[in-house]
This record gives sequence, C-alpha cells and structure tokens, in this order.
Amino acid sequence: MLAGLARQHPLSNSKENGMTVTNLKLKGQSAPAPAARVIAFTRSANVSSGQPLTARLVAAATNIMPLLVTLALILVAWQVACSAPDSSLPSPTRVIEESWELIAHPFYVGQGVDQGLFWHVAASLQRVALGYALAAVVGIALGALVGQSALAMRGLDPIFQVLRTVPPLAWLPLSLAAFQDGNPSAIFVIFITAIWPIIINTAVGIRNIPQDYQNVAKVLRLNTLEYFAKIMLPAAAPYIFTGLRIGIGLSWLAIVAAEMLIGGVGIGFFIWDAWNSSLISDIIVALLYVGIVGFLLDRLIALVGRVVTRGTATA
Amino acid sequence: MTKSYLSLELIDKSFERGSVRTEVLKQVSLSVDRGEFISIIGHSGCGKSTLLNIVAGLTQATTGVVLLDGRVADEPGPDRAVVFQNHSLLPWLTVYENVRLGVDKVFSAIKSKAERHDWTMRNLELVQMAHAAEKRPSEISGGMKQRVGIARALAMEPKVLLLDEPFGALDALTRAHLQDQVMQIHAELSNTVLMITHDVDEAVLLSDRIVMMTNGPSARIGEILDVPLSRPRHRIELAGDRTYLRCREAVLKFLYERHRFVEAAE
Repeated sequence: MLAGLARQHPLSNSKENGMTVTNLKLKGQSAPAPAARVIAFTRSANVSSGQPLTARLVAAATNIMPLLVTLALILVAWQVACSAPDSSLPSPTRVIEESWELIAHPFYVGQGVDQGLFWHVAASLQRVALGYALAAVVGIALGALVGQSALAMRGLDPIFQVLRTVPPLAWLPLSLAAFQDGNPSAIFVIFITAIWPIIINTAVGIRNIPQDYQNVAKVLRLNTLEYFAKIMLPAAAPYIFTGLRIGIGLSWLAIVAAEMLIGGVGIGFFIWDAWNSSLISDIIVALLYVGIVGFLLDRLIALVGRVVTRGTATA
Repeated sequence: MTKSYLSLELIDKSFERGSVRTEVLKQVSLSVDRGEFISIIGHSGCGKSTLLNIVAGLTQATTGVVLLDGRVADEPGPDRAVVFQNHSLLPWLTVYENVRLGVDKVFSAIKSKAERHDWTMRNLELVQMAHAAEKRPSEISGGMKQRVGIARALAMEPKVLLLDEPFGALDALTRAHLQDQVMQIHAELSNTVLMITHDVDEAVLLSDRIVMMTNGPSARIGEILDVPLSRPRHRIELAGDRTYLRCREAVLKFLYERHRFVEAAE
C-alpha cells in the first residue's frame, strides 16, 4: 500500500507540470510553450527512470524487511514455545519434519480423499467459484433493484437485513434437506453467505449516484438500458467491488466450515480429517494454504475492481 | 406573443414539503433572441439555478411554459445542453469519451463513425483540450474540466447553451481565461447562451443583456439591463470604459442597494 502511494507521487507531480505547461501555452500561444514542455519532460524523466538501482533496492528492502523480521520473530517464539518434548502443539521444525510428504507433494493423486493439498484447495475453490459467481450475478441484480426503486427497497430491505445476520453454517442443514447432497449444499452456503454484502453495497452505490450524473443522462436522453450500462454500473462500480471483496472473504471463511461437515475432497474436510487422525502438523500446513489462498482471492477481486473501474475503486 | 427564439412565459415555481409551500419563482417571463448572450444574476437562493433547470427541463415549472424555437420545451434534451457548475464529467470515461458520449447519442443517425470522431475532436480543439483527449477527469485541473464540460455541451449543437455558474469554482485567473474563451466561442459560433452567475464583472463582460433577479422567496425578474458594448470585448480596455463602468454600477446598485441580500427569516 505504502509502496503504491510512494510510486504514484512522482507521476502526479509530472501531471501537475503538464497542467501548468498547457496553461502557459494557451496564454502565450507561441514561443514559451516548447521551452516549458522540455523542462517538464526532463523533470519527470529524472524522477521515474533516472533513479539509481541501488536506491531502488534499498527502497524495496525497507519495504520487505519489517515483514521478514516479524516472520522470523514469530517462528523463533513458536519454536521456543513448542520445543518441549511433551508440547501439545508441534514446533515449526517438527511441522516440516512430520508433514514433509504433504509439503513436498501438493499435486499428489491418491485414492478418495487421499489427495495432495493442491487438489483439496482446488475442490474448495471450485465450490466457492460456483457459489460466489451466482451470488455476484443475483446480488448485483437485486442490489440494483433495491437501489433504484423505493418500493423494492421498502419491500425487500428489511428481509435482507434479517437474513444477512443468519450465520452461514445455520443454512447448511436446511440446504442439505433441500438438495439431499453435500456438494450443492456447500455451494448454496457460499451463495447465501456472499450475497448480502454484494446486495447491500450495490444498492448503496446506486442510491449514491450523484444527481449530476443523472442530469447528464437526462440531458443526453439516455434510455433505460444506456443509463444502466453507461451511468449506473460504472458509477456504482466502486461500491459493487467493495461488496464483492467482502463477499469473497466471507465465502472463503464459510467454505472451510461447510466442508468440515459435508466431507469429500476439500480443504475444510482435510483439516477435519487431519484432526481426527491427530495429524496436527498437517493442520498447520493446511491453515497456511487457507490463509494464503484467501489473501490471493481478496487481491484478485481488488485487482479486477481496479481494472474494471479504471482506478476509481479504492483497493 | 413575440417571435423570440427562446421565451419563458410566466414561469411560476413552488416547492411543497408537507403542508409548507415555498414559492421560489413568480411570474418570470423572458424573451431571448437567437445568438444572444444573456446572464442571470442574483443573490444565492434567489432561484436562478431553479430557473435554469426549468429551461433545461430538469425541473418542471409549476405553471408557465418554456418555448424554444416555437416548441414547448418541458423535457430535458440535447437541444438545451447544460454546462454544470461542477463540470459533472463522468470520471470513468476519458475526456474524449465524455464528449463522444453526447456526440454518439445526438448524431448517431446523421453522422458516420469517422464523422463523429472528427466532430468530437473539433469540439475539443475549440476549447483547446484536444491534447488531453485520452486523460481522465481526475488527471486534469478544474479549469480544464470545465472546458471539457463546455466542449461536451457544444458538441451536441444545442439551440441554447445553458451555463450554470460555470466558472464559480475556479480561481480568478483561470476564470478570466475561460471567460475569454467563452466569448471567443460565442463570437465564432454565435450560440444563444443563458448563463447563471453571481459575478458582476463576468455578467457585464460577457452578456448582451443582464437579467437581475430579486431575492427569494417568490423571486422575479427585477430589471433587465442592456449592455451596449461592441464586440469583441477586451477586459483590459473595458476596465476604464465608461459604458462598462456604468453597467457595472447599475448591477451593483441593484444587488447591493435595492435588493440587498437578507438572510431568509424562514
């Protein structure tokens, strides 16, 4: 984050330069413009590429060093705390020792639920992808409806507000009863978990579309479809992506819990299975996978948001 | 009825909130000839923006009618393009796309794709913003945004150009620069312009006639002042010009002596 901000600074500076330059050019309209332009270019060039390599390495090191130090401290503390022979939790070295097979062979293919961690994560991701995609489509549509129409808002919003407080796992028995199968039930749990923040943020985004944009649309006489595509969606996109990001985080939280209950291949069941087999080291490795995948999912949605909204969504 | 190009006929506007009824405009009538530059000046809260919105069709008059080129104008449309006070550019579109959006909408049936592109660029050149066509509104200054807003409005070839305090949010130097540009464009294209302002110098410098509004509620047109200055006008030459000073004084007297702004008691 900080690095991103720091990198943006020289850029915006050069834009400032560009701005003054054009004003100069317009007022003078002849001679002074080229001279001013040259100055602006050399300055921005200095900032971006003229920086010595060592300086940039130092900057990168200052960014990453605190993280490395923290990690090292945690590992040392963990090692010390769990190094006693009768310790109930394994130390880092014991985790590596005991679970080496698991760490070294993420793509291992075996019988039934005996799979490499990659396949467990892939199975979980597949469920999340399905449930989340459904939630995104339905959530944005419902959010648009509630955001647009005061009537829909009055009719639906109270229901949403109540339903969204139901914990994800509470839906699982009901969906098991409805679908009679584990897999669609898990997907439904993801769907019902992710949809609320998407609905609510979309609705807020659409309700917050500035009157000015609506006036622009009116003066241009945009029809409903054009208004939806050209004004409403882009204007609400930053909010929609906030909802999508919260949604993906909740999905990943819910899938692990749901899979513990439904069984089959999946990271959640793997953890539960490891607990039942007293493979504590395996659980720790799996938790690392869960954390890193969750982080990557969040970054992915943020990235998509930035690309789609062309930088207007804050990441 | 007169055969003026744009005419406001006995416009009344009142807002109702619950049982409270606030009269904003009362019996506002105005005739504007083709190619005329009209400023509407008044203290804040006198309903001048409401009046502009009524002409734009964004607000409905309670009674009365706006006629443009012989037709009733009661819905918003590109024939009355608005330059909004805060530019209202769409931040997710580039400068070019912002102007192009209007061009595509208005000329989709008449002009080919290449012609629409050329027309978009020509209007950006008119406000000297062609160099920033691929920039986003967040990357350009306030004055530049307002110029793009003007280009977007001009590109729709409106019958009337409506300017809602277009330079209000700009610093004095940028404002002067943009005023000159608007004068130049007006000289070139001879558009009919209706401009809201609270800047006396701006009103005198730019307008053929200045419409002075009384204070609200129930604001009406207090006086209409002719500005008999020849064009092209230059702000420096005019600074000591007697007619200019007389007009300026007349507006100032209207605003600060006869219709001094009093905080609404309501």
